Order: sequence, then C-alpha cells, then structure tokens
Amino acid sequence: MPRYSFPTPKASEITPHDVYLNRRHFMAGVMATGAGLTLAGSAHAVSSATQPLTFKPGAAPALSDKPTARELATTYNNYYEFGTSKGEPAHNASTLKIRPWTVEIAGEVAKPRTIGIEDLLAMELEERIYRMRCVEAWSMVIPWVGMSFSKLASLVEPTSKAKYVKFTSAARPEEMPGVRSRILDWPYTEGLRMDEALHPLTFLTLGMYGETLPNQNGAPVRIVTPWKYGFKNAKSIVRIDFVSEQPRTAWMTAGANEYGFYANVNPEVDHPRWSQKHERLLPAFFASRETEKFNGYGAEVASLYAGMDLAANF
Amino acid sequence: MSYALPKSWIAPLKLCVFALALVPLARIIYAIVFDPISLGANPAETILHMSGDWVIYFLLITLAITPLRKLTGWNDLIKFRRMMGLYAFFYASVHFLSYIGFDRLFDLSDMAREIVKRPFILVGFAAFVLLVPLAVTSTRGWVLRLGGVRWSALHKTVYPIAILGIVHYWWLVKRDITWPVVFALVLAVLLAYRGFKRGGRKIRAASQS
Repeated sequence: MPRYSFPTPKASEITPHDVYLNRRHFMAGVMATGAGLTLAGSAHAVSSATQPLTFKPGAAPALSDKPTARELATTYNNYYEFGTSKGEPAHNASTLKIRPWTVEIAGEVAKPRTIGIEDLLAMELEERIYRMRCVEAWSMVIPWVGMSFSKLASLVEPTSKAKYVKFTSAARPEEMPGVRSRILDWPYTEGLRMDEALHPLTFLTLGMYGETLPNQNGAPVRIVTPWKYGFKNAKSIVRIDFVSEQPRTAWMTAGANEYGFYANVNPEVDHPRWSQKHERLLPAFFASRETEKFNGYGAEVASLYAGMDLAANF
Repeated sequence: MSYALPKSWIAPLKLCVFALALVPLARIIYAIVFDPISLGANPAETILHMSGDWVIYFLLITLAITPLRKLTGWNDLIKFRRMMGLYAFFYASVHFLSYIGFDRLFDLSDMAREIVKRPFILVGFAAFVLLVPLAVTSTRGWVLRLGGVRWSALHKTVYPIAILGIVHYWWLVKRDITWPVVFALVLAVLLAYRGFKRGGRKIRAASQS
C-alpha cells in the first residue's frame, strides 16, 4: 500500500493567525447575506420526516449560483443502499430507522466514545452553502447544516498515530433493500487523510435546507467535503475510526482504476467514463458549466496537495 | 399452421402501431414543454436514458418478429418488421442527438475525442453508424437493387448491432447490471433461436440428400 508523507509547510508559508481570522470574518459576512436569502426561499412545507434546525450562518466561500431547489436535491440521489437509480432512494429510504442513532468513534484517539445523535444536534450548528460535484459530471448547490468535522475530532483527541479517518455507513439489509444485493462491498466506507478531515471546510452534516437531513440524503449524519466528488461524502454514518493506514474505500474496492482515494474534483484528470471538464448544474439541460479544480475551493484546499501528483493520486 | 388477418385490417393496424411507437417521443416532448419537473433534476440524462431504452426495446422487438411469426404461424407479423427496425434507428437518432446536444453542446471535435476515449461511447456510436445503412436500404427499391440475397446478408448486421447496443448499456452502468443482463438474456434467446433453426435446416438438408 502506498504511504503518503505529509507535506510540512515552511514556517514562512503558514498564514498568520490574525490574517486567517480576518478572512474568516469577511467570509462570514458574505455568507450571512446569502444565508438570509436561502432561508426566505425555503418556506416550503416541512415534510413529516424532517425537523427544523436552529443554526447560524456559517463561513464558506460565496457561490454565485443559487441553491438547487430542495425538491430536486431530495429526489435525485446516489444512495445505492436504497437502489441504484436516482429516484429509488426517495421512494425507499423511509424504512431507515434514524432513532435511536449513535456514532461510535474509535481507533487512534485518546478518548474513544459513542455519541448519540441528540448530542450532535445539541451542538452549535451553522449553515454552509456548498457546491456538490458528482463524478457523473453533474452538480448541485446545497445549503447544509452542521459543523466542522474538526469540532467532533477535538472531542475524542486523535493521537499522533492517527493519519487517516475512516467513515462507515449503516448497512442494514432489513431496512435498506440495496444492501441485500452485493452491488458494493457493504458497509459503505469512505476515508480522508487527517489534514483533509480536519480542514475547516470538511463538514459533519446533520441537515439541509434548514431542516434535519431527509433519509435519502444520508440522515441522520453524514460527511461533506465540497472539493471532492460526491461519493466521498459518506451518508448515514455509524462509525468513525481514526487509523494509521490509508483505508480502502467501498468504491476503491469496486473499481480502483476508476475511483481513487483522493477523488478531488479535477477537470484535468478524466474519469474513464466521464469527462470531468464540464458539468451540468442541475436542473440545466446542457452540461455547459466548466468544472473548477477542487470544485472552486482551491484557494482553501490546494495547499493540502502541494507537491502531489494529482493525476497519479486521483 | 398459419393464419392471416383480413387484408383490409393491415393498413389501419400499421397506423395504430406507428402512432403507438411515437408515444415515448411524445412523452419526452410534452415533458420538456409543459412539465420539465417530471424529468427530474437531470432532465437531459432522463431523456438520454428514455431514448436509449427504447432503442433496445425496438431492436429486440424487431429481432423477435421472425421467431414469433414462426412459432405462432401469424405471417402478417413480417409486415411490421421494417417499421420496428426504423423506429430503433429513429430513437437511436434521438439518443445520439441528445448526447451531442446536451452533453457535448454540439462541439463535434469534443464529441470525436470523447467517442475515441470512452469504450462505452465508442461501442454505442459504432452501433448507431452501422444502423444507418440498414435504415437507408430498408425500402423495397433497395431490396430490388441489391437483390434478396445481398440485401438479407447486409441486414443480418442487425445481430452484431444489437450486441453492441447491449454492451454499450452494460459498460455504462456503474454497478447494478440487472437490466443489461436481462436484455442480454432476451437477445441471447432470440439469437440462439436463429442458430438453432439454421442448425436444424442443415441437418434436415443433409439427411435428405
């Protein structure tokens, strides 16, 4: 297994703390305006399965595009545990029991613990509007509600041996019809390198469009890394392991030549079946949007990959 | 064992089948104009999948006509075969135009690069190109011009075309190959029937000589 050595930034390259904070304040201001608009626009009927959430506007790079309609983002899903077509999860996912729900956090941590979903929901939540880019060359703009994953990580205190984080999704054949056939090597697993996981943009997500997550979107808790292809965003997480070796993900097991560990959005690196140069910002007919490197979050995350060959580490 | 419909029924029946076969296209156009939300979040993909599905349906229907005719003795079925084949080509054209329009924005050089690079697109494109001569020579005039033997030899390329079509679908899906397998099995039965018949004829011919 190829080991990756961490890029250690020179002291001169590290952003001074006050500059970093100023930038965050600026972003928060920009986002506050954007979030106000979203809230006004999301006065739709609350579906029975989701609950309204309390949150503050969060800090995320501003997007020029308006959020995708909630109706579309909740009916066009890749969630193979509930079927492989885009419409099946919305039909089938109501069988998933999201209470009680706990997330077991273990591995190379000083304080392993099992945390209940109520405890996560009671933490301070914020809204982040992220672009989501699927490896199938479509994208949406989604207002997520949650917190930086680093907040959760700090609760369990990862040790110096923790180099990667592995996310494991629920796999319950009796509640998830897709799990009854071996479409993927269940349970669904995903992973991030430690610095990726602790990056402020990596978002432990509990809601979208101002409410708790609908089941088909990964209720009750999922991960969202906006600069990576959508399949990195494990849904319905039951277990988080801090590990020393790069975990093998479900999609790497399914096809290592097609799905890499990093899966950073990159128009310069083609997938064997989909050109990644353009994308269709749904519900557009035409795939006319030019895909941006790191899905437009390069200013925030490109430094994580300094010196890495992104074509080899796709 | 063979029976036939009254001759006067054939033309109206053909018209009905002709109109029915246009229903999928009518549904697509209606949805685009009046009800885009019914096409879901990715309308272009829905149209691509709907038209692609119908290419496979019409190819399989076309290939099912001869076995059905022989098994039921209903010889009028042959009168519908050309129409079914032409509809396969028609929906293949809709499928192809949706692809180069919605996905490749009518950029032909980009399209050419994609076709060469992606095996599943190459296979689908090859099937489409091979359908063109069959559609062109589907008229009575062309049967006469080519002569029956050459004409039917040419039109036997529909067998590899159908195989390419299903390979195209198989290679497209990410993980769940249920439907490609179902279509492949149906095609296998339809092709095996022909191989079986041919083998049977050869044996009979040998035993008679």
